[in-house]
Amino acid sequence: MVTAERVWAALEEIPDPEIPVVSLVDLGVIRSVDVSNGQVHVELTPTFLGCPALEMMKRALEEKVAELGAEAEVQVVNDDSWSTDKITAAGREKLRAAGFAPPAPRLVQLQSQVHRCPYCGSTETKLENLFGPTPCRSLRYCTSCRQPFEQFKTI
Amino acid sequence: MNELLLGLADDELIIGWRDSEWTGIAPMLEEDVAFSSIAQNEIGHARAVYELLADDADALAFDRRLDEYRCAPLVELHLLDWGHTIARRWLYEAADEIRITALMEELPLAAKINREETYHRMHAEMWHERLRDEPHFRAAVGELWPYALGVVLPEQRAELSARVGLNETAAVERGTHTEALAPLLQEMTMVRRSAPAGAQW
Repeated sequence: MVTAERVWAALEEIPDPEIPVVSLVDLGVIRSVDVSNGQVHVELTPTFLGCPALEMMKRALEEKVAELGAEAEVQVVNDDSWSTDKITAAGREKLRAAGFAPPAPRLVQLQSQVHRCPYCGSTETKLENLFGPTPCRSLRYCTSCRQPFEQFKTI
Repeated sequence: MNELLLGLADDELIIGWRDSEWTGIAPMLEEDVAFSSIAQNEIGHARAVYELLADDADALAFDRRLDEYRCAPLVELHLLDWGHTIARRWLYEAADEIRITALMEELPLAAKINREETYHRMHAEMWHERLRDEPHFRAAVGELWPYALGVVLPEQRAELSARVGLNETAAVERGTHTEALAPLLQEMTMVRRSAPAGAQW
């Protein structure tokens, strides 16, 4: 029998297509999971509207739910409910361990402009480029350990 | 309201297309990356707004006659130098912020778009800081200013004027088009026209 708990657990196994160290659940893009009469209804909010990974996320989600023996109806909700504050604590730690500086909380970032190196923890870092390989990332350089790194943008 | 949203979506689609023209040929590698990301965001915004207005976003984006597009002439211009390109980005982001934030209460999507635009504004401001005293850049801003006024509604123009520190003048209005739009639409719709049943990749 499919339950919402089992669906959430299954979704934790779906990697983000562009940053596979974190799952869709870590990323906070799953807004809700409802199960009724064997039908699974999932609401998904994109990170960035132009993110090409959205279609892959939808497909992976449908396949994962099919493995549980149910059919998923995925609704993409383009409202303002996602921000980088939705990334879970576990997700932030996975990002950092993989060399992506996790986004600081919005309230902190907008006031402090401090960016910490994910490798050595130093705050002596400088901006190399506001934009990076995907819309959600900037490029920075740590002047302490002399390591370039990718910063998940706070939005 | 729909007319306003169609104008917004068309602006984002066309400027996104124009931004993407710098991919690979920008004056520095960082800007190849920046313009590619900005273009991707702008076209993503266009798609999300077209999806509010029609079941088939591609059909709305690509299957209209030229006179049915509601983009502001500013975004159509085919700009071949960096000074003009940055001047347009800086003016466009200022105008776009006024127009988007005015829509945020009614439209949750506008608030999401506004979040992403924050980084476009930071990018535009960084370049503006760097070029603001260069005569070539100042001349480009002056040339494009009447076009920038056409991005926002008449009642928003005083605010835009104060924001960028330029005096209000006669706007190049939305609803008119420049000669640059026809060849751009030809290029934009090339794949769609050559594979009417839908291209498979």
